Amino acid sequence: MFETQEITNIALNDLLPQVHHLAQEKYRLVQISCTEQQDNFCLDYTFDKAYKFYDLRVLLPIKEAALPSISGEFFAAFLYENEIHDLFGIKFSGLALDYGGKFYRIEKPAPFRTNPEEKTE
Amino acid sequence: MAQRTIIPFGPQHPVLPEPIHLDLVLEDEKVIEAIPSVGFIHRGLELLCKKKSFTDMVLVAERICGICSFIHSVGFCQGVEKIMNLEIPERAQYLRVFWGELSRVHSHLLWLGLAADAVGFESLFMHAWRVREKVLDIFEETTGGRVIFGASKVGGIRKDINSETLVTIADKLTDIENDYRALADVFSKDYTIAHRWSGVGCVSKEDAYNLGAVGPTVRASGIKQDLRELRYGGYQFMDFTPIVETAGDCYARALVRVKEVYQSIDLMRQVLNKIPDGAIDIKVTGFPTGEFFSRVEQPRGEVVYYLKGDGTNFLDRFRIRTPTFANIPALLKMLAGCDFADVPAIVLSIDPCISCTER
Repeated sequence: MFETQEITNIALNDLLPQVHHLAQEKYRLVQISCTEQQDNFCLDYTFDKAYKFYDLRVLLPIKEAALPSISGEFFAAFLYENEIHDLFGIKFSGLALDYGGKFYRIEKPAPFRTNPEEKTE
Repeated sequence: MAQRTIIPFGPQHPVLPEPIHLDLVLEDEKVIEAIPSVGFIHRGLELLCKKKSFTDMVLVAERICGICSFIHSVGFCQGVEKIMNLEIPERAQYLRVFWGELSRVHSHLLWLGLAADAVGFESLFMHAWRVREKVLDIFEETTGGRVIFGASKVGGIRKDINSETLVTIADKLTDIENDYRALADVFSKDYTIAHRWSGVGCVSKEDAYNLGAVGPTVRASGIKQDLRELRYGGYQFMDFTPIVETAGDCYARALVRVKEVYQSIDLMRQVLNKIPDGAIDIKVTGFPTGEFFSRVEQPRGEVVYYLKGDGTNFLDRFRIRTPTFANIPALLKMLAGCDFADVPAIVLSIDPCISCTER
């Protein structure tokens, strides 16, 4: 038996309004993950309410590598966003708790980015 | 205003078998803020999906953690099976539940031992791990391994348990339960333990939910959240209700685990009573094409595997969100305002598994 999963692709501009709506609906943040595709980062914002799975997917051009934090709506997001910053080099504006690249004690900046020329730091 | 001091906690510490670091900001003896950092042993297992076939990756997934290894492999297999539309035999689903619940007993007994040791109750620690040895013996008898045993595979399981062995296991479960009852009574009735953990590291029901806590950490705050209620795999055949406590402190988190050991033994008995005869695997042909977020309940809580296949022998993407990572925001909340002397007990109370987190 497998759960039904809803994955919704949204534009970057729609991220905060959608997240605000989910916060109002009392969803919980399950996770935020990032994977690198050819020209984009694919960010998945996963939520759950009474075992109902809901995922928001945002494609972020690698050259931009910056987007707003959702930690204002879901405080726990700060941890995932700090992780994504440290591993992929993506910058989040408005982070509730910004560890300034010190969350992951790693020597190499943004080690999960495959093209070193694109690194922002 | 009291003078502020920053005390480093970890990465090496007696209550931490694995490395995580906290900078504790103190005013006198009170913790004002805890700032975490990880990455000391990050292994990059997720990227191995580019080099190992999706069938071999089961063995990598199993090595994410040395405690809940089997459930990691089940979560991975379940995701690939969903992408490939594979319906595995019922007997395999039952046996996955059996080994999964045995893993939960193993994990909780290990934690109870560590928790006893942390409060200076040395004999209780030794008894907890003595009972745990009997659990490991069942693993060895049924799979040949005690920690990593490679029993799960895409399409089912690799090893069956014959009916004679199932009968002897039922007797062994009774023996373990009898031994465990004496232990559990100490955890649930001893004045010293209750006094040491009650009212320490509290997190409210609302905070636990909003901070995305999972597993015994969220259930100890009064929230009935357990992924086994999704009835994935063999849990569709089981009678099951999550264990919930309401105090939200270290003691409540311990009590949830104490009770979950009984629950896991009950689930294993259900498996032994209901398991059907039949095949344990199906032939797997082709390659995974598609994506799925596979979610299962580990001893420490919900774990999420994102799997994406592109029609080749190698997965295109493999990401893991472990329960310990999800519990860090709640841990930081528990630590803010606590006494410095309570920090080890609070950190231990979420049953941190840094090996999982540093996947």
